Amino acid sequence: MPVLRWIRRNLVVLAGLLTLAYMILPNVVVMVFSFNRPKGRFNYAWQEFSLDAWSDPCGVADLCGSLSLSLRIAFWATAGATALGTMIAFALVRYRFRARGAVNSLIFLPMAMPEVVMAASLLTLFLNMGAELGFWTVLIAHIMFCLSFVVTAVKARVMSMDPRLEEAARDLYAGPVQTFVRVTLPIAAPGIAAGALLAFALSFDDFIITNFNAGSTVTFPMFVWGSAQRGTPVQINVIGTAMFVIAVAVVLAGQLVANRRKSNAGK
Amino acid sequence: MSVTKAPPAHPAEAAVRKPSTRRRLVPYWLLLPGILWLLVFFALPMVYQASTSVQTGSLEKGFEVTWHVRTYWDALTDYYPQFVRSLLYAGTATLLCLLLGYPLAYLIAFKAGRWRNLVLVLVVAPFFTSFLIRTLAWKTILADGGAVVDALNTLHVLDVTAWLGWTENNRILATPMAVVCGLTYNFLPFMILPLYTSLERIDGRLHEAAGDLYATPATTFRKVTLPLSMPGVVSGTLLTFIPASGDYVNAELLGSADTKMVGSVIQTQFLRVLDYPTAAALSFILMAVVLLVVTVYIRRSGTEDLV
Repeated sequence: MPVLRWIRRNLVVLAGLLTLAYMILPNVVVMVFSFNRPKGRFNYAWQEFSLDAWSDPCGVADLCGSLSLSLRIAFWATAGATALGTMIAFALVRYRFRARGAVNSLIFLPMAMPEVVMAASLLTLFLNMGAELGFWTVLIAHIMFCLSFVVTAVKARVMSMDPRLEEAARDLYAGPVQTFVRVTLPIAAPGIAAGALLAFALSFDDFIITNFNAGSTVTFPMFVWGSAQRGTPVQINVIGTAMFVIAVAVVLAGQLVANRRKSNAGK
Repeated sequence: MSVTKAPPAHPAEAAVRKPSTRRRLVPYWLLLPGILWLLVFFALPMVYQASTSVQTGSLEKGFEVTWHVRTYWDALTDYYPQFVRSLLYAGTATLLCLLLGYPLAYLIAFKAGRWRNLVLVLVVAPFFTSFLIRTLAWKTILADGGAVVDALNTLHVLDVTAWLGWTENNRILATPMAVVCGLTYNFLPFMILPLYTSLERIDGRLHEAAGDLYATPATTFRKVTLPLSMPGVVSGTLLTFIPASGDYVNAELLGSADTKMVGSVIQTQFLRVLDYPTAAALSFILMAVVLLVVTVYIRRSGTEDLV
C-alpha cells in the first residue's frame, strides 16, 4: 500500500501538522463566531451570519473602556519592565559584583512560581499597606512579573555580543556614552525589542494576578471573564479577531522587511 | 577590564577614569531599581503571606499573629482533593503537551525548510488573541451535540473515557477531559518553543553520521536526537507544569464543581470568603509542592543526563 507507506514516512510531519491544527482551531472559531448573531446572551452556538458586531465594536457597555485601560497598563508596564530589566541584564553580563547568585535566584523565582501564589501574596502586601487597589497596584504587579522575562531575553542577546566592537569604538576615541548609544544599544536592540514585546503580550493578557490586585477596576481580560458569567457579547470575538489580524500582519511585514534587507545586502 | 591599563591620553581623561570605586559601583546602580522592585513586590509579599498564614481573627476585629499552625492542617484536610486534582491535571496536561509538541517542534526544526518562519509565527500567533477568549472558544468546539462530541460518540470513544472516569453522560464539557484539554491547549506554546530551541541547535551532520553507522531512524532518534533535546524537554515541562498547577481559568470555564483546582479555592477564599489565613496557607502549600516537584525533577533529569 503506497498510501500507508507515505503516511509512515511522513508520520512526524502529519503529527506536527495535527498539533498545529489543534493550536489554530480556537482562533478560527473566534473569528467565525465574530460574524454570528446569537439567540441568547451567550455566543457559543452558530445561528446566522451578521456584520452587526463588526459595525459596532464598542456597542457593549464598558468593553472599549476596559480595552483602552489594558492597553495603557500594558504600555507603561512594558516601559517600566524593559528599562529595569535591561539594566539588570547589562549588570549581569558585563560586570562582576557580589551576591550574583542571590540576584539570579531573585530573577528566576517569579518565573518558577504559580501565578496564584504571587497574586495572593502581593494582595496581602497591598491590604497590609492599606493601598487603594486599582490602576497603580495592577501596574506595579505587571512590572514585577514582566521584569524577569525581559532580563532573560536581553541577557541572551548581550551575552552573544562581541565585546571587541565596543573596544574598537573606544580605540576610535568614542566616549563611554557615545560607545553605549552608537554601538552597544543598536546591537542589543533586538534583544530589548523581544523582551519588550514579550512584556507587552504578558501584561495585556494577564488575568490571574490582575484579578487579585485590581479591586473594582476592570481590564479587558477581566471583562471577558465577567462576560463568561453574564453573557458573552459578539464584540469580544471582534476584538480578539482584530488583535490577531493586526499582530500577524505586523509580524509578516517585519519578516518581509528583514528578507528584503537580507537580499539587498546580498547584492 | 583593559581600560585601566591604557595610559591616560590627557589629564581630563585621567580624572574620569581614575576613581575606580565609582566604576566598581556601576553594576550596583544598574541593579538597584529592578532588584528593589522585586524585593518589595515579590519577596516582601511572601513574608507578609507567611505571617498571614499563621494569623487568626476576623475581618471586623482584625487579624493577629497567633502561630495558629493548625490552619495548614485544616487547609490540607479540607482541600486535598483539589490539590491532588491540580497536580494530576497539570501532570497529564504536561505529558500531553510533550507528546503533541515534540513532533511539531521537530517539524519546525528539521522538516519545515522555507516554511519554518511561517510555522513559527503560527505557533506564536494564538498568543495575540486573549487566552480567555480562546478558552471560551473551546466551549463551542466541545459543546454537547457539536461535531466533536457527536463523532466521538459514534466511535464509542466517550464510552471508554467515561469508563476511565474522564467524561460523564456522553459529554465532554464540565468533565476532567475538558479541563485537561484546555490546559494542554493553553500551555502548548510554552512546551514547543524551548523544544524547538534545543532541537534547532543539533548539528544535522550527527543524523548523517548515525545513518552512516547503520542506525535506523528510530535508533537515531532514541540515541542522538532525544538525548540532545533533553534540555528543551526539561525546561518545556517546567514551563508547562508550573503555571498549569496554579491555573484556575480552565477549571472554572470548562469544568464543573467536581473539577475545581486548588487555584480556584485560593481565589474564592481570598476574594469572596475573605478567609485570608486559609488562603495564605493554601498558597504556601501550593508553592512548597511546586518547588519540591521542580527540584526533584531537575535533580533527576540532571543525573540522567550524566549517565
